[in-house]
Amino acid sequence: MTGTGSGTERRELLRIDGVTKAYPGVVANADVGFSVGEGEVHALLGENGAGKSTLVKMIYGLVKPDSGTMHLRGAPYAPGKPAEARRLGVAMVFQHFSLFEALTVAENVALGMETPPPMRELATRIRAVSEEYGLPLDPARLVGDLSAGERQRVEIIRCLLQDPKLLIMDEPTSVLTPQEVEILFRTLRQLSAEGTAILYISHKLEEIRALCDAATILRRGRVVATCTPREKTAREMAELMVGASLTPPERKPGPKGEVGLGVSDLSLASPIPFGTSLKGVSFTVAKGEVLGIAGVAGNGQDELLLALSGELPSDPDKVRVNSRPVGDLGPVGRRKAGLVAAPEDRYGHAAAPDMSLVENAFLTAGLRRELMHNGFIDWAKTRDFAEEIIRDYDVRTPGPDVAARALSGGNLQKFLMGRELMQGAGVIVINQPTWGVDAAAAAAIRQKILDQAAQGAAVVVISQDLDELLEVSDSFAVLNEGRLTKPRPTAGLTMDEIGLMMGGAHGMEVAHHVE
Amino acid sequence: MIRLEKRPTPSRFWLYATPIAAVLLTMVAGGLLFAAMGKNPFAVIKTIFWDPVFGEFAFYLRGQLLIKAGPLILIAIGLALGFRAGIWNIGAEGQYIIGAIVGAGVGLAFYPTENRLIFPAMILAGAFGGWLWGMIPAILKTYFNTSEILVSLMLVYVAETILAKAATGFLRNPDGAGFPGSRNFRNFEAASNPELIAGSGLHWGGVAALGVAVLAYILLTRHLLGFQIKLAGQAPRAARFHGVSPVRLVLLCMGISGALAGMAGLFEVTGPAGQITIDFNTGYGFTAIIVAFLGRLNPLGIVLAGLLMALTYVGGEMASTNLGLPAAAIQVFQGMLLFFLLAVDVLTNYRFRLGAGAPAKQGAK
Repeated sequence: MTGTGSGTERRELLRIDGVTKAYPGVVANADVGFSVGEGEVHALLGENGAGKSTLVKMIYGLVKPDSGTMHLRGAPYAPGKPAEARRLGVAMVFQHFSLFEALTVAENVALGMETPPPMRELATRIRAVSEEYGLPLDPARLVGDLSAGERQRVEIIRCLLQDPKLLIMDEPTSVLTPQEVEILFRTLRQLSAEGTAILYISHKLEEIRALCDAATILRRGRVVATCTPREKTAREMAELMVGASLTPPERKPGPKGEVGLGVSDLSLASPIPFGTSLKGVSFTVAKGEVLGIAGVAGNGQDELLLALSGELPSDPDKVRVNSRPVGDLGPVGRRKAGLVAAPEDRYGHAAAPDMSLVENAFLTAGLRRELMHNGFIDWAKTRDFAEEIIRDYDVRTPGPDVAARALSGGNLQKFLMGRELMQGAGVIVINQPTWGVDAAAAAAIRQKILDQAAQGAAVVVISQDLDELLEVSDSFAVLNEGRLTKPRPTAGLTMDEIGLMMGGAHGMEVAHHVE
Repeated sequence: MIRLEKRPTPSRFWLYATPIAAVLLTMVAGGLLFAAMGKNPFAVIKTIFWDPVFGEFAFYLRGQLLIKAGPLILIAIGLALGFRAGIWNIGAEGQYIIGAIVGAGVGLAFYPTENRLIFPAMILAGAFGGWLWGMIPAILKTYFNTSEILVSLMLVYVAETILAKAATGFLRNPDGAGFPGSRNFRNFEAASNPELIAGSGLHWGGVAALGVAVLAYILLTRHLLGFQIKLAGQAPRAARFHGVSPVRLVLLCMGISGALAGMAGLFEVTGPAGQITIDFNTGYGFTAIIVAFLGRLNPLGIVLAGLLMALTYVGGEMASTNLGLPAAAIQVFQGMLLFFLLAVDVLTNYRFRLGAGAPAKQGAK
């Protein structure tokens, strides 16, 4: 089962046959086959854990397949390491950048090359490539000062300098504003027109419909379908991806009550190196209301969560829960006042990876669920609570005693969402509720969040997934370089307006000279 | 090729099997060492591990076991609490010495008054001295972000200097004809710490060690503070999210371990040592680090580890007097125990895999 319907007129560049890769306890890829033609933009589509990353790591020489064959331009292809793949014309832009913040753009590019040319020559070449492909980038700037979109350009230009025949891009748009996505797509289309094939990994279906010539859909490590994205609806592709039909969450907006959470003129220095300080953040959330906070990663989301959870204290009046000042209280005091928070990073921040689910249930719920008496922990009661979460949130686990790290990202996220949402708190703050969670579980989590709002909780959802925010939020604001825009009602917002709130394309639209 | 592969959950079996495996490996490697030195390895191992309990002089040596194990256990439990939280107090030896000096000082201040309350007051003073010495690295860490490892370690040498001053100066026995050393507590009943049951080696220090072990076990398994200690050690950011103040935890853990080490020093100086001398301390504070890890940082495990370590002390002394082994060889032997423990410990979280991802099984047909 190889090949795609479309693209047969192109010359075949990469062909993969029967590739299998197993890890202990899980088969990441089973008998996967597909082919990519020269100049083709080919999507690799699937939920988290479907095996996309393992597959491209094999193509890029990071992982060796257990069995199966790969051919590049008709010749057997089995790269032992990424350097070999790069020599043969395969380049990759990773989802998580590997850049040194304290070095300049040119120095970072040089670090990724086998034999870097002299700095001045390299700077000239970076300028030439960046102009040719409409990706403006000053080689002398420090990477630490660049936005996420600009950092991605460093990675792309690093690849383009090698003149690749196949460019692999892993979830490239997760860090971009809508305008930046448009410009990236123009660059990719230009590359494709020049004959460079692009293997594009994503789970954003509209993007794939706009950009890709063909798509291979993976589910649980197997190819379940191949299609031409333009000929399918996003919903059809989603159902192929998930293997089930999907229902969007229901909204039963209740009457809006008085203010549950109020933040006024909150300015705080970031405790994180190269972090973003909060600058005069103000907003209020009424009981029963969901405020969605969008923004590209690294614009102060983590700092805002810390400032709300109590890990980063401020003046008492800056943060109010039910009109009570709580700014100077730590996490315990704020939970007592009725505010619960869920940080983005599950392994190490929201949960202790090596502790059991029971212990992790106690981690934040000990106080509000009354799981202790005079400082002594009631483990039996805590265990019951953990089991309740597992049941209500459909957490797939052998039992409550396994270590948190043994759960998949999506399952652990369900558990942690349950832990916070089942504390009956009046104010709920969540950073990235469904990051890395599969579509079905994400829908379930969003539904639970909406249920809490319907019961009168004031909810803040910080997310980089615009579709998610548009689905759950009543009002909408954007965090940009530590400043929060004035919240606006979500109903009636257009993508263009949202993009402008997000800071546009960081001045990129002017620099593009493509016909 | 041999590869290490992370286990999805830590292995319960290896958690308990590693100390045993480490002891066996130490016996093998130590045996090779002794053989290379021209000794009969079987005789040496038997002298160290068998004779103190079942040999000819066991009636005397068994008592020595408890005498040596008591302070080791008491100190190691305090250290284990800190180690669990990621707070590395390496200077228990110094806290032990200062505890002994302060406690002994309080007792000697009352000489020759005989009162039942003197000894309890000395215990409190000993704990206070150790606590004070532990607070120095703790406060420097919380306010100036210094390394508690270096500061606590260096304070050991400061403590030793103070000890020398105490033995030859401010605590010297006025009736001692100018010899260094304080009054002997055996001659000062209200302040002495005698053997409670003749020949058993059990004094108040041993009783305290067992009591503290039980309390620490309850603290770690049932109490909020124990949970916070474990959480801070395993996931510091999750601990802050939970609401633990890192400053409070550093002060608490350094304080507890200092106080327990100080108490151990007081029991030692009033009991087995008998008086403050320039070198009454015998490195229990350092050996306790090995005991803490050998006992898996678990209070009940530490009781067993303390007894085992005492065995190598007593047996090692026998081996050096009877078989002519240098003392350094015994110390190497004890060091090996920690070395092998840390090495074998990998198996708790990882497992070995042979071969490089053997592809034969899935592909062939």
